[in-house]
Amino acid sequence: MIQVNNLSKEYNGTTVLNIESLEIPKGQSFGLVGNNGAGKTTFFSLLLDLIQPTTGSILNNDIQVNASEDWKPFTASFLDESFLIGYLTPEEYFYFIGDLRGQNKADVDALLVQHEEFFNGEILKNKKYLRDLSKGNQKKVGIIATLIGNPEVIILDEPFANLDPTTVNRLKKIIKELADNPNVTVLVSSHDLQHTVEVCDRIVALNKGELVKDMPTTKETLQELELFFAV
Amino acid sequence: MFAKFIYLEWKSFTRSASFASNLALKILMGFLVLYFTLVFLALGVGAFYILREMKLDPLVAINKFLIYYFVMDLVVRLLLQAIPVMNIRPFLTMPFKRPTIVHFSLGKTALSFFNLVHAFFFLPFCAVLIYEGYDMLSVLLWGTALFSLVFCNNFLNILLNNKDNLLGIFITVVLILAGCQYYKLFDITLYSYPFFEGLFKTKWVFTLPVSVMIGLYYWTYNFLKGDLYLDAGLTVKNDIAKTEQLTWLNQFGTLGTFLKNDIKLIKRNKRSKTTVGLSILFLFYGLIFFNSNSHQPPVMQIFAGIFVSGGFLFTFGQFVPSWDSSYYQLMMTQNVPYKGYLNSKWWLIVIGTIVSTILASFYLYFGWQVYLTIVAGAIYNIGVNSHLVLLGGAFTKTPIDLSMSKGAFGDKKAFNVNTMLLSIPKLVLPLLLYWLGSYIMNPKLGLAFVALAGVFGFMFRNTVFLIIEKIYKKEKYATIAAYKQKG
Repeated sequence: MIQVNNLSKEYNGTTVLNIESLEIPKGQSFGLVGNNGAGKTTFFSLLLDLIQPTTGSILNNDIQVNASEDWKPFTASFLDESFLIGYLTPEEYFYFIGDLRGQNKADVDALLVQHEEFFNGEILKNKKYLRDLSKGNQKKVGIIATLIGNPEVIILDEPFANLDPTTVNRLKKIIKELADNPNVTVLVSSHDLQHTVEVCDRIVALNKGELVKDMPTTKETLQELELFFAV
Repeated sequence: MFAKFIYLEWKSFTRSASFASNLALKILMGFLVLYFTLVFLALGVGAFYILREMKLDPLVAINKFLIYYFVMDLVVRLLLQAIPVMNIRPFLTMPFKRPTIVHFSLGKTALSFFNLVHAFFFLPFCAVLIYEGYDMLSVLLWGTALFSLVFCNNFLNILLNNKDNLLGIFITVVLILAGCQYYKLFDITLYSYPFFEGLFKTKWVFTLPVSVMIGLYYWTYNFLKGDLYLDAGLTVKNDIAKTEQLTWLNQFGTLGTFLKNDIKLIKRNKRSKTTVGLSILFLFYGLIFFNSNSHQPPVMQIFAGIFVSGGFLFTFGQFVPSWDSSYYQLMMTQNVPYKGYLNSKWWLIVIGTIVSTILASFYLYFGWQVYLTIVAGAIYNIGVNSHLVLLGGAFTKTPIDLSMSKGAFGDKKAFNVNTMLLSIPKLVLPLLLYWLGSYIMNPKLGLAFVALAGVFGFMFRNTVFLIIEKIYKKEKYATIAAYKQKG
């Protein structure tokens, strides 16, 4: 589904990301781990054509992301709160995204009902604008919004950060369900090795922009990763 | 302690986004500052001689209108002067004593531009008074008193900030007083004049404003000190949100989706509300030109026509797409057609222009010719200027903080070469057309020319949209990067 060729990104002569080749097949749930500054967000930003690669390219379903915009209809993402529109209520935001993705109000409502548990009664009908929600609740909105319109590629940057323990478990359930769907490719980045190992079929570790580990998830994966990141 | 604060202030000043702009812009800003300084100095010096020329005693005339001067000053401050309380947050847990923090933030407001600007007028005026042989001590006491009043306003602004509706009340009071004075019903200056006169004539009266200032300082000080808690004075007020469907817009498809969003954008954010408020002021701009005893050349009337109907266009349109800066990354990853996006903004501008034109119908009082000028201006605005502001916006990369109402008078960074070049066809072209028509035949033909240009512009709408779209695409990465940096 996603192919990376000779991808690199430099800022003022410093290479922050350098991936020679990486292929993520359709239906895989892909976990990206690494320390701060490892290049996780840079990689996702390149994948979403928010920044320009210095060399190389990324193909999303055979569409080169910085040459055509045709990847947008089937790709959904939530990187940070700049993906939220602060002056809307959560409902309005969901309907807005729904409109853009060709979903009517009933479709969106059906999806929201499905995830009522995840919202834990703190999101819908709460008389608050998104800008006034807590970080964790903003994140919940952003994550569920990526599910609108059955996208084939879902990109979540640090989805577990800022969430309470119960919500983290609920989110894991959601991601696992997505991962079970053979048509959906999920890309998740995280600092938390355990969470990532739990929900992903495959883990890739980045260190200072270089791909240092690439392995399918097995019983030993977590141990191996912890050993790698040990001080 | 204070040295540390001053160090931080200096850093925040030199590293502010507007200061870090490019060299050419800095030079330009330098010239602008110099220009305005000179204008104010000239005004301060000139006011005396102009008033004397008009066979008025300068001091008497100034004293008479000082009451309006200070009330207007307060209104302007309430509208524009930001209070520095929010920057205090990081200091609360640091080893500073609370009184130090408060004294410093109050001291900082005293150095604000809104206080200094008065010095440019009053200092030269006082100097001229002394030069012209007025009693030196009296002049000095009078000046001291006036500056105390300036600072009174400064502290009042802090006390009154965040009180809703006050601004409206103040403006209404000013308008009523001015109206009463104009129609000779009631003259407030009869009551205020003796006071200001007393500041000059009687040696001890100046202690009144000075002690009021000191009192206000301590009041503000206590007010801020008691409120220095995250859940008291430093809270951010949350609005009660109401979900609005605006389903009637669904019939317009993508256009409707964006229009819905834009309507909410305008309704729910301070900055956009202030902008719309400002655009209403534009409605009255024409009074300068159409008033029977105005001294403007008649060809300038078309300016008024453009501005009266174009308030919203100029104040709001200038900042497309910056209005969406805080969630620009979202827009860039969603399946958003640029055309639909632009179209919605264009319609918003058109609706704003039409509403302004209808509201401006009170100009009919000045005759049909005047209103026709405004209508011709509106047609030109819709046909030509609406495209030009959108085109200019494509080069504007100023992120907008929607929650701040201040700064609505335009950001320094929003001025760049491209937007300036674009302002030529916005204003000069209709002026030329109007002049040409008036020269060949009469002003009516001039108006027809201007309106025709508008119709022509409208016909090229799709071409212009394509060009803007191309610029948007080309500037995409730079724009995203620029919007990521906060003020």
